[in-house]
Amino acid sequence: MYPESFSYHAPSTLDEALGLLAQHGDDAKLLAGGHSLLPAMKLRLSTPAHLVDLKGLRGQLQYIRDEGDTIAVGALSTHHQIHTSELLGSRAPLLAETAGHIGDMQVRNVGTLGGSLAHADPAGDFPAAILAAEADLVLQGAGGQRTVAATDFFQGFFETAAEPGEILIEVRVPVQKGGSSYQKFYHPASGYAICGVAAVIEGTNGTVSRCRVGVTGVSDAGYRATAVERALEGQTFSAELAASAAEQAAAGVDPLEDPFASADYRSHLARVHTRRALTAAWERN
Amino acid sequence: MDKGFVGQAVKRKEDPRFLTGTGSYVDDLNLAGQVHAAMVRSPFAHADIRSIDPSKALALPGVVAVIVGQDLVDAGINGLPVGWLLDGLKTPDHPSIAVGRARHVGEIVAAVIAEDRYLAEDAAGLVEVDYGTLPSVADVSDALKPGAPTVHDDAPGNICFEWSIGDKDATDAAFAEAAQTVSLTLRNQRLVANAIEPRASLAQFNAGTEEYTLYTTSQNPHVHRLLLAAFILGIPEHKLRVISPDIGGGFGSKIFNYPEEVIVLHAARKLKRPVKWTAKRSESFLSDSQGRDHATEAELAVDGSGRVTGLRVKTLAAMGAYLTTFAPAVPTYLYGTLMSGQYALPNIYCEVTGVFSHTVPVDAYRGAGRPEATFLVERIMDRMAQTLGEDPAEFRRKNFIGKDQFPYQTPVALSYDSGDYEPALDRALEMVDYRQFRQDQAEARRQGRYLGLGLSSYIEACGLAPSAVVGSLGAQAGQWESSLVRVAPTGIIEVFTGSHSHGQGHETAFAQIVADELGVELDAIEIVHGDTGKVPFGWGTYGSRSAAVGGSAVVTAVRKVRDKAQKIAAHLLEAREEDLEYVSGQFQVKGSPDQAVSFGDIALQAHLAHNYPEDLEPGLEASAFYDPSNFVYPFGTHIAVVEVSPETGATKLLRYVAVDDCGPLINPLIVAGQVHGGIAQGAGQALLEHAVYESDGQFLTGSYLDYAVPRAEHLPSFETDHTFTPSPHNPLGVKGIGEAGTIASSAAVANAVIDALSPFGITHLDMPLSSQRVWRAIRDAQPAAAAD
Repeated sequence: MYPESFSYHAPSTLDEALGLLAQHGDDAKLLAGGHSLLPAMKLRLSTPAHLVDLKGLRGQLQYIRDEGDTIAVGALSTHHQIHTSELLGSRAPLLAETAGHIGDMQVRNVGTLGGSLAHADPAGDFPAAILAAEADLVLQGAGGQRTVAATDFFQGFFETAAEPGEILIEVRVPVQKGGSSYQKFYHPASGYAICGVAAVIEGTNGTVSRCRVGVTGVSDAGYRATAVERALEGQTFSAELAASAAEQAAAGVDPLEDPFASADYRSHLARVHTRRALTAAWERN
Repeated sequence: MDKGFVGQAVKRKEDPRFLTGTGSYVDDLNLAGQVHAAMVRSPFAHADIRSIDPSKALALPGVVAVIVGQDLVDAGINGLPVGWLLDGLKTPDHPSIAVGRARHVGEIVAAVIAEDRYLAEDAAGLVEVDYGTLPSVADVSDALKPGAPTVHDDAPGNICFEWSIGDKDATDAAFAEAAQTVSLTLRNQRLVANAIEPRASLAQFNAGTEEYTLYTTSQNPHVHRLLLAAFILGIPEHKLRVISPDIGGGFGSKIFNYPEEVIVLHAARKLKRPVKWTAKRSESFLSDSQGRDHATEAELAVDGSGRVTGLRVKTLAAMGAYLTTFAPAVPTYLYGTLMSGQYALPNIYCEVTGVFSHTVPVDAYRGAGRPEATFLVERIMDRMAQTLGEDPAEFRRKNFIGKDQFPYQTPVALSYDSGDYEPALDRALEMVDYRQFRQDQAEARRQGRYLGLGLSSYIEACGLAPSAVVGSLGAQAGQWESSLVRVAPTGIIEVFTGSHSHGQGHETAFAQIVADELGVELDAIEIVHGDTGKVPFGWGTYGSRSAAVGGSAVVTAVRKVRDKAQKIAAHLLEAREEDLEYVSGQFQVKGSPDQAVSFGDIALQAHLAHNYPEDLEPGLEASAFYDPSNFVYPFGTHIAVVEVSPETGATKLLRYVAVDDCGPLINPLIVAGQVHGGIAQGAGQALLEHAVYESDGQFLTGSYLDYAVPRAEHLPSFETDHTFTPSPHNPLGVKGIGEAGTIASSAAVANAVIDALSPFGITHLDMPLSSQRVWRAIRDAQPAAAAD
């Protein structure tokens, strides 16, 4: 596997990285864990003239911090760090659980949260969790920072709200209230999600007060299954309710198709895994 | 010998170098002045090549040459030959680089040679090819339809061959008299071989001696040399040395002659520099010969007592766009001849049509024809048992060839020399606890869980093969094997074998055989293979032939060495030969073990010849050319247990029991490895693997993102055992085990899934039994099931 030639840059500060992005514009690509970008380059599907390697920024962007109501996760945190973080495990477990479903141990040791989100693979795992957790994404540009809600971040096939010249530096995850679960159907070849459903449910005395459902793998971008959420909120939770609410998991969505899963099968899996995620999340509430 | 090496689970001698990264694969080799090749491949399944403009590529500094098809024609280089001929076989020209027209996605259109591989890839992207796309066809059934796009003008209707075996009239009569018949329409899907090491070739040309050296990924370097020298390049055979060093798996895909080998040889001569090419994984998907791909209709007949009386089979077999080396043999003599399975099936008729389509060529892939036959026979046996309401194990048992019926002449050419099928079935049923399973299955169904158990009582004909027999069937090759055993003055024993190890562990298993024959340690033995400059000749490794044929050659040669050593010993001990016995590495006078001479001393004396028999030549070496008198017929029963999720259609393989009979085991550890790997590949076909083409020939599963191979997480821990029925006709009594797991397992797993789905009224589904296919079948069947 032989990528086209490229210039390699190894900035040691965020400003330096932003400067390189400003200088090279569309010719530059950011390299974090590299698990998506490097294979694409080896197949010559991606041919950046400049590769800006962010590993020198680990000191600044690799952290998982308690900020009261929010857990701040640096964009260069690895899947493994997120999966095994005690802080996330106790206060925002959906993200930690989801990270454990990504790739294998080798991938999780190198792949990063920021890289995965910014790449926006429609079959990536994190979008489901980020959406259900109602996390915010912090983008740093030359002109300053801005925060984008998860629902606004994923815009289509490998497309996000990040502007050219911006770097995703942090994900801000609200401390989770209620129970959560991530349910995934693995593609047997790639290990990516044919469908992945993340659910958070909060409630007392059997009544659902709040429900958030994020779905990945089914559409061209991760999405919130708001019809499912509405069907549950204010209702008394039951297995039947979860099942009927889950029927809406792919409502209004144009499902992906590939040789392994047609649109109707994918939609079916979305419904099944939504029901499973709702049920498991409620049990943990 | 009290306790020999044969039969011991000796750790493999070759593994330390593989495990420590010190093996030497083709891509590890680099020669001074070497340049690199990259291939320009057709993105279209069928297209005229109107023009090729290499100027931009050649303008790139460091690009040495761009080679097109006409260059090879002008150099007098022929197309790739076919090594197995059938009556009426169409053999269209198979150029190494397309001339004028490309016939499958991935066919080579030009080759770029440059100072490094990255540059070669850059330049390949700059070669401008003007294609005129043409209508194309991928599926075998579509390719036979009137008006289908034609792959080769000299193969009208896309028919490559029409072949049959068995007695049609007698079989038709059996069906006319049958008490019950069942039919089955199935697709045995196309697969990619997926050797872990991609193919690679490195060619060197010595302008002074006009000798070529080709380092290449080959399962049979002498076959490569023969075809490349005599048929393709038209050079004297001794001017080409083929070296196949450490090789990371073949599964058949490295038997064949490939275009890239021709290209690097031509380029090395033209440029007078070594030329190297290593496949990218994406090229492996598009250029390694693929496997299986049958569309079959079959019928089975039984009499009033439920004994099978007739089998009729009609198969369309995909050949791809070109014939590779042994392609015509696979769906014919390696397929139709296996239709009797383990059963006393008096009437069989099998027709096969070989079909060209605009796809990658199809040839032998682990099992080669025999998995396809076994899948059909074992699937239709299950289907009949289900139809008759008989237990599938007992239905098989009732129809087994009895152990007193051997040798057993089948109606499809083969004569099974030995077998005893019931003990393997019984042991497998015992291991899986069959009765208990059926109770558990019934209980699980009451809970809405769907467990299934599938049997596969397989036979294979391997140990290829009696040369005269295969010659009469169309092989353009002999199928004997050679060995040369050479003892050095120090007593070190070099064994040169025409078999080739690319994962099989010959360096250990053959050394175990020799060590026992000579009573020496394994360290005193070196197994040499894979180099036409060292090994006198050989037909290579495929068809589970290395132990049965290659091993027989080794043991025959080493016994000749021992016989000569005995003559020398008799001289040194001043005793008569017949008064000597060989014990623990020394000849001694019977009854007086202190009068002895060691093998090492004999070896030294054979070379010094100072104190030596007058009528004996010095030296201590012998060769043997072993031609088997029959195939060997390993058999066994495999049982798979699965659970199917009715909600997602996902299948989990819960247990896998394999009882194989490959005769005595030379090395149980290696046998277990072969069985495990084989089961994984067969289970992979049953559940996961599928090389998918669009109807127009675009290839949709060209990477591991889309092509699913089984991983550890998909498989249970296998439970294996053996019965032991030696082959009556080879000196070791051994039979092959390299393909058995693959031959047996796809049917066992598929039968298990169908068994699990039987409450839904589902009687057959094609492989792969992917979750989507199973889910859809359940969904479509449920109204019918609910109506029950």
